[in-house]
Amino acid sequence: MKKNIIRLIIGAVFYILALVINLDNEHVVFTIIKFLIPLIIVGGDVLLRAVKNIFRGKVFDENFLMTIAVIGAFLINEYPEAVAVMLFYQLGELFQKYAVDKSRKSIASLMDIRPDFAMVLENDELIKKDPEDVLEGDIIVISPGERVPLDSVVIEGSSSLDTSALTGESIPRDTFVGADILSGCINLNGKLTARVIKSFSESTVVRILDLVENASTKKSKSENFITKFASVYSPIVVFIAVFLALIPPLFLRLDWSTWIYRALTFLVVSCPCALVVSVPMSFFGGLGGASKNGVLIKGSIYLEELAKTETIVFDKTGTLTRGVFEVIDINPQNDLTGEELIEIAAHVENYSTHPIASSIKRAFRGKIDLTLIGESKEIAGFGMETVYKDEIYFAGKAELMKSLDVLFSEKEDLAGAAVHISKGNQYLGSILIADTNKCDAKDAITGLKRIGIKKTVMLTGDVKKVADKVGSELGIDYTYSNLLPDQKLKMIEDLLNKNTSRGTLAFVGDGINDAPALARADIGIAMGGLGSDAAIEAADVVLMTDEPSKLIKAISVSRKTLNIAKQNIIFALGIKASVLILSAFGLVSMWIAVFADVGVCFLAVLNALRALGSDKA
Amino acid sequence: MKVVYKLENLCCAKCADSIEKAVAKLDGVISSLIGFMTQKLTIEITNESDLDSLKQAISKIVKKIEPDVKLIKL
Repeated sequence: MKKNIIRLIIGAVFYILALVINLDNEHVVFTIIKFLIPLIIVGGDVLLRAVKNIFRGKVFDENFLMTIAVIGAFLINEYPEAVAVMLFYQLGELFQKYAVDKSRKSIASLMDIRPDFAMVLENDELIKKDPEDVLEGDIIVISPGERVPLDSVVIEGSSSLDTSALTGESIPRDTFVGADILSGCINLNGKLTARVIKSFSESTVVRILDLVENASTKKSKSENFITKFASVYSPIVVFIAVFLALIPPLFLRLDWSTWIYRALTFLVVSCPCALVVSVPMSFFGGLGGASKNGVLIKGSIYLEELAKTETIVFDKTGTLTRGVFEVIDINPQNDLTGEELIEIAAHVENYSTHPIASSIKRAFRGKIDLTLIGESKEIAGFGMETVYKDEIYFAGKAELMKSLDVLFSEKEDLAGAAVHISKGNQYLGSILIADTNKCDAKDAITGLKRIGIKKTVMLTGDVKKVADKVGSELGIDYTYSNLLPDQKLKMIEDLLNKNTSRGTLAFVGDGINDAPALARADIGIAMGGLGSDAAIEAADVVLMTDEPSKLIKAISVSRKTLNIAKQNIIFALGIKASVLILSAFGLVSMWIAVFADVGVCFLAVLNALRALGSDKA
Repeated sequence: MKVVYKLENLCCAKCADSIEKAVAKLDGVISSLIGFMTQKLTIEITNESDLDSLKQAISKIVKKIEPDVKLIKL
């Protein structure tokens, strides 16, 4: 690279000298030689390659076309022009190489999450190993500042982890004994000892890197268009150039050298470089920018589809709601307080393994006093019967209360499961338990509406009451409840069939049991990619965290990228077309044409780099 | 099996496309993919025993299309 710059500078100096030195009655051979020197210094390699390529049977490449243009210019006595064309062409190539290199590096640094080593504890000794040589079950030590090399579980120490490389989340995650830690995170403060639970090749960091690196190989429609366009563009321009050089002089008796000059100008614009480089680069930058934000997109084709999303179909449990039951309402009777009712319920339900029981125990802030609990047994399918403070208590469904002849009024439209509590047959009250919405779910739906998503749909296997409540709380347009997995799929197919616009339909689910729906939708988006193989496998887009609001980011990044790609296509094509038209009428000189051509390429590459920095969307 | 090569100095996207297509046509190659930005050529081949002869064939193609590009096995 440096060598090339020096060569160009020396060439440029000789070129200026050639322009300045003008002898009286200069012999034409001297003129040719004085311009030939800078030409060979600057473009010797291009000329040489062109000759080699002809012997290899490869014509129409850029070297060949530039050579023809330069030789042509010499033949019609446009010596300064010829050298300028070569000089600008080489300068452009150099700039382009620099820009491509730079963007490659900045993308590479983005994906620089591969751990270099692992400190393995063997016989009380720390040994530095390549992460690939570490086995499942090995004990590793991660010091502050180091990257977690393999997925493992903490057995000693506590610390905070910077997970931003994986999730785009800037808040550090606390970690402690028993917690799973993922490879690729950075240990911030405490020393951790951990047992490896996954080999390197199956660890999160490698799976993510594979995904990102292979993503760009699934080409988008825009990229395919450009490749096809490029393969016809050059031959067509060359053909028109030949036409321009021959037809007007032959049939209209116009001046040969003028028309050959115009034809040569065509040749220097015939390389489709700007397009072919900048479009895939925009997409690659977009994929990189998205992954920086914790959104993995499995190919530029999906990025393109994501940008066109109009309808988003959500699964409810685990996607919009946390999928964890929580006490949402307490209705104590008589003079009992809510706290007291929870306390009683927590003790009565203490030995139950039902998820509802654990949610009640979580809601109780005090400590369970086991000495107060006597005999406790489960009435299968109905609830618990427990001796508490030497009296018999019951907790369970309404049916249990009825069977005990407890007097109580049953509320009809409850959005959740009610647990009734009685002391003997004296009613104490009820506790309402339900799944809760994720804290960012509402913001996510509102935000998606704001960026122009036309329709939001929620599908769930849950009962209508619960589904409608969640739907209206979050502001979902259409809610469908009581659906079995195959009915969910059917709903998506119906929605796809009804969709007549060019917008796409995205399905967002939490992975495992949604695989068919993820596959059927235009774009399948899986949530909570960390640690879930099934989700990463089935989906086209993976949100690394459990936050539905990441969707807004994902869609904005993809739109921005698609815009950049479009700008580049229009910009490059527009400039090329104008240069071609102007030069056909003789309004553009050859070196301006070259300047425009390499300039476009350079600007398009710079523009493509913008796709990478999608922090503010 | 899959083999990955690095194409060092690859900087012409159109050439990358030509290389990808030419490699795909080689006997014993099931698929060939070039990631222009990652400068990686990934090929899927039927027989591992073909690997050496294939590498030579690919080098030849690369040399013809982009003389500056170096093929390195990863």
